[in-house]
Amino acid sequence: MQATARGCAVEIPPIPIRLVNGIRDTIAVTERNLINLRRVPRLFIFTLIQPVIFVLLFRYVFGGAIAVSAVSPYPYVDYLMPGIFMQTVVFGAITTAIGLSSDVQSGLLERFRALPMSRTAFLAGRTFSDLLRNVLVVALITGVGFAVGFRIHTSPHLFIFGMLLVLLFAYVLSWLFANVGLALRDPESAQAASFPVMAPLVFASSAFVPVASMPTWLQGFAKYQPVSVTISAVRALAIGGPTGSYLLQSLAWCAAILAVCIPLAVWQYRRLF
Amino acid sequence: MAVAAIMVEGLVKRFKSVVALKGIDFEVQEGTILGLLGPNGAGKTTAIRILATILHPDEGHAEVMGHDVVEQPFAVRCQIGLAGQNAAVDPNLTGRENLRMIGKLAQLPNNEIKPRTNELLSTFNLIDAADRPLRTYSGGMRRRLDVAAALVSRPPIIFLDEPTTGLDIQSRIELWSVIKTLVADGSTVLLTTQYLEEADQLADRIAVMDLGRIVANDTAAALKARLGNTVIEMEMENEQKAAQAEELLSRSVSNGQIERQGSLVRINSSKGPPILIEALRTLDRQALIPIDLSVREPSLDDVFLTLTGTQSVSSKATTALGGGSS
Repeated sequence: MQATARGCAVEIPPIPIRLVNGIRDTIAVTERNLINLRRVPRLFIFTLIQPVIFVLLFRYVFGGAIAVSAVSPYPYVDYLMPGIFMQTVVFGAITTAIGLSSDVQSGLLERFRALPMSRTAFLAGRTFSDLLRNVLVVALITGVGFAVGFRIHTSPHLFIFGMLLVLLFAYVLSWLFANVGLALRDPESAQAASFPVMAPLVFASSAFVPVASMPTWLQGFAKYQPVSVTISAVRALAIGGPTGSYLLQSLAWCAAILAVCIPLAVWQYRRLF
Repeated sequence: MAVAAIMVEGLVKRFKSVVALKGIDFEVQEGTILGLLGPNGAGKTTAIRILATILHPDEGHAEVMGHDVVEQPFAVRCQIGLAGQNAAVDPNLTGRENLRMIGKLAQLPNNEIKPRTNELLSTFNLIDAADRPLRTYSGGMRRRLDVAAALVSRPPIIFLDEPTTGLDIQSRIELWSVIKTLVADGSTVLLTTQYLEEADQLADRIAVMDLGRIVANDTAAALKARLGNTVIEMEMENEQKAAQAEELLSRSVSNGQIERQGSLVRINSSKGPPILIEALRTLDRQALIPIDLSVREPSLDDVFLTLTGTQSVSSKATTALGGGSS
């Protein structure tokens, strides 16, 4: 009867204990992802190089030709950087799709599925480690921004609040791209499929040029889509301007995306095999 | 009476157009090893995945330690450890980090994880490699860690899905000795393998699978006795000499079956060595010397030939490659 004493509890534990176990599982998965990030930093380095190129490109190549005087009293670089922060995290969200689909392929999930761990912990751990990665990325890009002449025209507190909004949005996008990764199940397709989702969100937005410079039919989309309203909120928090409405729209988008994407991702994860 | 630790009844699993399991039944008694023996595509892995709650069966039902795999997956997951071809470990984590992660996810209390990890690393002879990323491990080391990962939470039931496929002989023998000690500890093991020798070495009972069915389920000894013939094959210079040899042997060898295919004469017998000597003496008296001689113990292919009357999928492929005569 030695056998009955081994293994873990057989009854499904009550909800508070499940919650604690779920958090512990999420931390274990996060830890594993962060170790991966440290041991195989290639993907991380490439996700950093790209926004730096964008900063240099728009600051020194295109910047001179883009007129923002109608929407901002400050130099173009001050208009640009909030857009760059968002562009960085939107393009960076692709790593969630790549990471998840690699795990689906690797067979690690097969083992996870046979463990008495929380079903959501695998996804939560992935999005959480991507959030921590984004903290680092956003901090580095802020440094690059300051180096090329970006200045805050509000207050450091409001700017930090703006960066937190960027990170919140990044976290929300991770759940969106988690669905891409789970649906496609291989990293190459996930990468290829992510670009068409990201490009309109980033380029048909106020990230690099004022929305008013776009054709009227596009302005409707460009004004209200989630990336644009968040950029506008972050920009207002960094260099001033009306904030409240953009902030509310951005938070509403975040809530809506999470409400759809989390259950959808969990559902996709359950039916993987 | 012993309790069945694993019980499988009428399990059916379909994948689109393929029926992977066509209704299988078996039981594994507590503290024993059942070997699921069969070629690729027989349905072994599908059976393990259903028992490990990874897949849902389409029909039938299965219980692990009295818990239904569909109704009580959580309880089942608490009782099992899974290692094998599909269940991976993370190549970028060190051996120690992998075991620690699995320990946490297997709900092992924090204070037990470190001692348990060290214990497993030393049992599996991985102490020196413990802090190296897995991608630097050899195939054998990786498999050992894989099996160690299945044991972190001391599960009473262990599933090993082709644990030694692709390993060299040395690593295979090392892993076998580890698996043997598991059962000595009282664990119940369900093992899949393509190698009769492996099943014979490890399993108390062997269930032979082919094309989604179990075609035999018996003790290793009984199974071997049923088919357990040594096969002696003698290649003669030409068909004429082979026919001559066949005739001579048919008269003198009483304890075996003689058959001929072209210039090849085959003796099938349960008494290998004396028959071999007798046969060679008989032929030598007539100056009939084989140009090639082989003695084989029964193989998986022979199991399949005897049990199903057809060759296994893998042996069909080998035969085709070798331009064989059957």
